[in-house]
Amino acid sequence: MRAPPSTVRASKLVTNAVAVKSETASIAATKSGHELLLFEALREGLEEEMERDPRVCVLGEDVGHYGGSYKVTKGLAEKFGDLRVLDTPIAENSFTGMAVGAAMTGLRPIVEGMNMGFLLLAYNQISNNCGMLHYTSGGQFTIPVVIRGPGGVGRQLGAEHSQRLESYFQSVPGLQMVACSTPYNAKGLMKAAIRSENPVILCEHVLLYNLKERIPDEEYVCCLERAELVRPGKDVTILTYSRMRHHVLQAAKSLINKGYDPEIIDIISLKPFDLHTIGNSIKKTHKVLIVEECMRTGGIGASLRASIMDNFWDYLDAPIMCLSSQDVPTPYAGTLEEATVVQPPQIVKAIKQLCG
Amino acid sequence: MASCHAPQASFFPQISPPFSADTSSSPIVSCRFPCRYASLQVSSPSSGTFVPRAEEKTKTERNIFACAATASRLVAEKPAPTKKKTTITKEEGLVLYEDMVLGRSFEDMCAQMYYRGKMFGFVHLYNGQEAVSTGFIKCLKEGDFVCSTYRDHVHALSKGVPARSVMSELFGKATGVCRGQGGSMHMFSKEHGVLGGFAFIGEGIPVATGAAFKSKYEKEVLKNDKVDAVSVAFFGDGTCNNGQFFECLNMAALWKLPIIFVVENNLWAIGMSHIRATSDPNIWKKGPAFGIPGVHVDGMDVLKVREVAIEAIARARRGDGPTLVECETYRFRGHSLADPDELPEKAHYAARDPILALKKYLLQHNLADENELKSIQTRIDEVLEDAVDFAEASPLPPRSQLLENVFADPKGFGIGPDGRYRCEDPSFTAGTAQV
Repeated sequence: MRAPPSTVRASKLVTNAVAVKSETASIAATKSGHELLLFEALREGLEEEMERDPRVCVLGEDVGHYGGSYKVTKGLAEKFGDLRVLDTPIAENSFTGMAVGAAMTGLRPIVEGMNMGFLLLAYNQISNNCGMLHYTSGGQFTIPVVIRGPGGVGRQLGAEHSQRLESYFQSVPGLQMVACSTPYNAKGLMKAAIRSENPVILCEHVLLYNLKERIPDEEYVCCLERAELVRPGKDVTILTYSRMRHHVLQAAKSLINKGYDPEIIDIISLKPFDLHTIGNSIKKTHKVLIVEECMRTGGIGASLRASIMDNFWDYLDAPIMCLSSQDVPTPYAGTLEEATVVQPPQIVKAIKQLCG
Repeated sequence: MASCHAPQASFFPQISPPFSADTSSSPIVSCRFPCRYASLQVSSPSSGTFVPRAEEKTKTERNIFACAATASRLVAEKPAPTKKKTTITKEEGLVLYEDMVLGRSFEDMCAQMYYRGKMFGFVHLYNGQEAVSTGFIKCLKEGDFVCSTYRDHVHALSKGVPARSVMSELFGKATGVCRGQGGSMHMFSKEHGVLGGFAFIGEGIPVATGAAFKSKYEKEVLKNDKVDAVSVAFFGDGTCNNGQFFECLNMAALWKLPIIFVVENNLWAIGMSHIRATSDPNIWKKGPAFGIPGVHVDGMDVLKVREVAIEAIARARRGDGPTLVECETYRFRGHSLADPDELPEKAHYAARDPILALKKYLLQHNLADENELKSIQTRIDEVLEDAVDFAEASPLPPRSQLLENVFADPKGFGIGPDGRYRCEDPSFTAGTAQV
């Protein structure tokens, strides 16, 4: 008898769970520190950097008086003024180019794309100018911009607001790209990106903004090039990033109950890959599963697979498995949207297949 | 210098004009002499129908017709020339002359070198447009910024980049201003404030706008009163149909940025005539739509350009905001060295060669004599000989240079399997950039 669609979700796992309290092991989660939501962590990082360096400024739509569509810049315009938190007209290509020109002449701008998808309109400036000008000028000009915004599949936001753009930017030479997934790394990566002399794309996720975590009171900065070991293990290496980290953790609960010991790594840096952390893990477990929200074709997983094959072929006992989202424009209907993105039961199934 | 000289009074009101949808009643003085398109209306606004220009069948015929109409219209409406009093000193005149001669001679040398196989790819020459570059850039001071397009050699030279560095860059040598990594279309100089050099039209305008934004930021946020840098963005008629142009006019006007938008309208975007591409070919008219003064100037007359430039730059520097200047100019050569050279209006504009015009002016007003001007040409010839020799003798970039400037912070290449940053591995530059 053909199982009705609902039994696809028959397991006790909550498939769309996102705003779970993070269980990352790597955080310096002491009894001190303060609790906040991810968007507040981003704001904290941004505010600290703006206080530290008067050349740091933000521009984007509704970042100023409105406080940001996702409240990341709330209160900052009142504190730092309208020029440092600049409300732009709806002209992504031009204001991103403006950020490039300002960066070349000495400022450190942060461009907020209200939704990452809107930055497709700025692709000319991101690819041609952000990525290239340091090179074509023979090293004369630096472009220390941060381009950030929420991307990924949300809750029935429709295809254009639910884009997974990591793959579009990853090939652009001259850009660095990171994805935050917890309040801790959100704040740390924001600060690191602002301090970097390179243009950095900071990928946030629409559904992670309300994630709550306790983070340290003292100042810290994450490393832009380093992956995060979320859970040590020895059976299999699971490489993931952004929202999928939380789906992996969900799946991990079930897997651990069944006796598996997965090592979970949040790759953080989508470009370049931290081959040291990843390599050390593969040398231990000899099996790899990549779980990503990117599309299958030409995605981060595709690049990662190639990289692993190039560098760690001898250590693999099985072909690298990759779970990506479907190559479809994200549908509006809830059931279809759910099927677009990788869900925890699929992860459990994949591990069972990989590990036996 | 054919057309009459404009009155001395400033044509920029001291206060920003109120927004007016009806530009004909705008207080801003716009067209300084009859617009060259008036006779070439291809569609009647009232009827809304396309009225083709009569009889011409071939493109050549059409172009010649357009040329003849343009020329005859200008000739018919040109007022009688008035004797004008000298507006420049001898020193200023010679500076302008030398800069234009440098620009022209450099471009001629480029053509020679290109056809001799010393430089490659797309090379776009500026012959004929020197008055615009010289007229504007010689009014700037150190700290000001210039942003250009792929037709950027002469902007870089006018701004002060040594001819050696530009020639060497064109030869693809390591001593080029961009270490050979940019090429003809990407001239950058941090030292001289040249922000590029862009291959795609329109993409330099936001960069110039950003530099102007930084100027304002420095004054108002960083409280550095000594800074009053302005930015000048040069671009062509084709760019004026591009979104980035309009978006930047809006933002510059909104925030009163210290920028001057200079349109080098040479009537052609490769093979596309400006009139065929633009619903209203009067580009200067588009400034007032954003609350920006729009000025039309004879771009073949360096003194006229200079007069407009001084005013527009002063306006920007004192914080009154941007200006849109449309320079009627012409390129004597093809779009690039790979394109055909014969354009219909060439003969007409060759008669208005800016260098010959300035020479005549200097001689007529006893600001210089033939010998002085000849010696300038000789000096420039020597500069160019030296530039070519230098470029020839310079080394090609070594393989190890390939990855050096991809990232300002080479940690961006990431951490390799051995735990070290790849940039710390001495053999990394010998391989390919893998992540």
